[in-house]
Amino acid sequence: MTEVLPLEVDRAVKAFGDTVAVGGVTISLDHREIIAVVGPSGCGKSTLLRAIGGLESLDDGSIRLAGLVVDDGDTRVPPERRSVGLVFQEHALFPHLTVHANVSFGLRGRPRAEVDDRVDEMLGVVSLAGYEGRYPHELSGGERQRVALARALAPSPALMLFDEPFASLDRNLRDELRRHVVSALRATGTAALIVTHDQHEALAIGDRVAVMRSGRLVQADSPDAVFHSPADEFVAAFLGEASFLPIENGDGTAVSVLGPVPGASSTTHRAMVRPDDIELTDEHEGVEGEITEVEYRGTHWFVDVRLDHGISVGALAPHLDRPEIGDRRRVRLVAGHAQVPVEPVD
Amino acid sequence: MTSVDAERPSASTSSPSESPSGPPSDRVVLSAGDRASRSGWPVAAVVVGVLVVIPVAFLSVSILDPNEEVWRQQWRTRLPGQLVDTAVLLVGVSIGSLVLGCGLAWLVTAYRFPGSRLFGWLLVAPLAMPSYVLGFVTLSVFGFTGPIQGWWRDTFGDDAWFPPVRSMGGAIVVFTLVLYPYVFLLARTALADQAGAAYDVARSLGAGPVEAARRVVLPLLRPALAAGASIVMMETLTDFATVQYFSVDTVSVGVFRIWRGTFDRDAAAEFATLVLVVALLIIGIERILRGRARYGESAGAARRLAARRLTGVRAAAAFCTCSFVLLLAFGAPTAQLVVWAIDEATGPRGTPLVDQFPGFLQNSVVLAAFTAVICVIAAVVVTNAQRFHPGRTTGIATRVTAIGYAVPGPVVAIGVVLALVALDDALEFIGLGLPGAVATGSFVGLVYAYCVRFLAPGLNTIESGLAQVPEMVTASARSLGARPSRVASRIHLPLSRASILTGAVLVTVDAVKELPIALLLRPIGFDTLSVWTFNLVSESRFEQAALPALAIIVVALVPVALLSRQLARLSGEPSS
Repeated sequence: MTEVLPLEVDRAVKAFGDTVAVGGVTISLDHREIIAVVGPSGCGKSTLLRAIGGLESLDDGSIRLAGLVVDDGDTRVPPERRSVGLVFQEHALFPHLTVHANVSFGLRGRPRAEVDDRVDEMLGVVSLAGYEGRYPHELSGGERQRVALARALAPSPALMLFDEPFASLDRNLRDELRRHVVSALRATGTAALIVTHDQHEALAIGDRVAVMRSGRLVQADSPDAVFHSPADEFVAAFLGEASFLPIENGDGTAVSVLGPVPGASSTTHRAMVRPDDIELTDEHEGVEGEITEVEYRGTHWFVDVRLDHGISVGALAPHLDRPEIGDRRRVRLVAGHAQVPVEPVD
Repeated sequence: MTSVDAERPSASTSSPSESPSGPPSDRVVLSAGDRASRSGWPVAAVVVGVLVVIPVAFLSVSILDPNEEVWRQQWRTRLPGQLVDTAVLLVGVSIGSLVLGCGLAWLVTAYRFPGSRLFGWLLVAPLAMPSYVLGFVTLSVFGFTGPIQGWWRDTFGDDAWFPPVRSMGGAIVVFTLVLYPYVFLLARTALADQAGAAYDVARSLGAGPVEAARRVVLPLLRPALAAGASIVMMETLTDFATVQYFSVDTVSVGVFRIWRGTFDRDAAAEFATLVLVVALLIIGIERILRGRARYGESAGAARRLAARRLTGVRAAAAFCTCSFVLLLAFGAPTAQLVVWAIDEATGPRGTPLVDQFPGFLQNSVVLAAFTAVICVIAAVVVTNAQRFHPGRTTGIATRVTAIGYAVPGPVVAIGVVLALVALDDALEFIGLGLPGAVATGSFVGLVYAYCVRFLAPGLNTIESGLAQVPEMVTASARSLGARPSRVASRIHLPLSRASILTGAVLVTVDAVKELPIALLLRPIGFDTLSVWTFNLVSESRFEQAALPALAIIVVALVPVALLSRQLARLSGEPSS
């Protein structure tokens, strides 16, 4: 028998009427692994999560949790029998119960002292010790979300599912809560699948990032790999700003206006460059163009340069530089960076 | 190592069709207990839906084998007149209610005058006045022997013309006065939700106030008005008591006459299908009038209509209009009832009827309590089933459960009789014949019919209460290991307690006010307040009917008070 993984999804299919939300997704999760599922709205990532949690039933394919089939398209194990923790965008706390009662809701049938100990422990993990007696309406948005996290972790689920857990919070709170979530998951050794539409969040939080589009899993790999070796132009553009340059395939070499493209096959036609791969230069090397757009970003400027060949590329300029629209500047690849050949979206 | 395949099927996992017979560990998870917990709620919801539909189904089936003799005889005698009376009454009452309800709604929404905010919810009060009560007070006060006509003859001579009160016209006025609040309520909500911005835009485009109201506001209100008119017609159609005071002979009266006159079940059933057809016609007309628009769809924080301040004569006229309607529909008849009740209680003849009062009150309360408890339980089961198992089965069950409002009382009553007779026969057949038939005039039948008829208001209230509990709260509770029954009792019930109570109150009040079903189905010797009132009025003992009538009005004021809180919000100053 092979190793028992916390989660194995095999060719999962779920349609709503004529709309295929999840169209044959296969993915599995290793022990203690955190995977971020990311994609544009409507890509099916939330439906996938709901199916794993038992809130939707699959039309085809199967889901196994800790080696046990919980959904095979015919029979569905109800959510309460799956030992899966759920955290939603809206905290979804039980408003009529105290923090203690919320966190202990999933601990029914255990001795009282054990329940109290576990609640204390979980509130400690999310840094909310002493909040037992409060009601949800007495908490801030971030605190509610941490209570929801403690509540979901309390019964020691084999797997945690997060559906846009930080989307309703403002930026600062979001980063703080993200650290809480990751440290709580690491502390308890719980595998987790986190659905988000925020690329930065996905790259920051996941051991792996799974990118979905139109119900399909396009790529799942380490954050570094999906960002710097995207499977196709969609992944490249979705995870961050990217410019695409046409490639000319010569005899064994592939070249764009910015120079050679290492690793391109004879069938790839475009290469990706990220803004941080390109710099503005005043020397007589590189390619000349005109600045068409300027955006100040604090640590640097983001500029769009229309090269004289007619192609636009995004580039970063140091914040001491003062690029203006209409300036004629030269651009070149930053030393050590390379252009990445990418496949077109099928 | 973890495997991630984008689209390539992995060979290591068994295909779905093989899974049920997979390794033994699978069977541990897919135990029988899981299947039971999956199916319990939808089954319960379907049972409720079927129980609600059965009476209507039995009735509909009865028409498949029509008794031509009955129809021929009816056609030769009363039927043509009944059809005409039904049509005239329904059209008259709906026009009256639309004009009065819509006009008053516009008056208290678009203008400010002394008391305008108070009238905003006071004008709903006639909802608490049952038509059979306003009907008899009107007859006695305005009738030939009443004080008004007496004064008229004294003043203008014995031959002076006075509009006939015991007539179609009288019936239309009485029904209009008690039913206009439905239109008023829906029109006010629609005006508050939608009309503000549209009216302002129309004015800014050069339309005068009247033109803006006619060309923009009225079309916006159309769905609400169609809904209001259809409720008004349904309420009119279900009645066969009040119309009899006014010698108006509708198809519902026909059912009652056949049932009470001959106890011919089949003939009554066939006639009741005619009432059902009229009800379906009303629903069809509403659908057409409503068009593709939806009512009750608020555009979020829509701007309210900026009310114009009225002064002088105009303010006085507006005040008098509202006061007059309120006085006619509620104030004066209530005052008259109070006077009669006091006369009766303190009069020289003593108070024999007052002694009977507790008995009738108890009957009403017991009946209403049974109905409310059953309706609330059924509504909780159906709405929770839909939450735990969203899908077509529970969706249909929910919609079916709410059909009672569209099925007139006589139809429900006769349908229940047919269903219970079939049940009696079936029990007899399998040798379980109960002592005393279940069907004919039993308390069970009466409660059953009440539940079918009044599940809709309870269901709607409880459904909207549960809708306030986010689906994610349910999902969270279940993922924490709580079975649906625990989620329902620990999470859903506490969180929707207020709406459950409101639903129970609405059903209770409807049950206390109900007359037609009680008249048709009450067991012998089991008279409710409403039946007692009707019987006394039938013997023209108006003064004695005052006490039970007042008791009913007091009970019926409870939901009006509940509504008033909601309406007070509508009449709040427009937030800028």
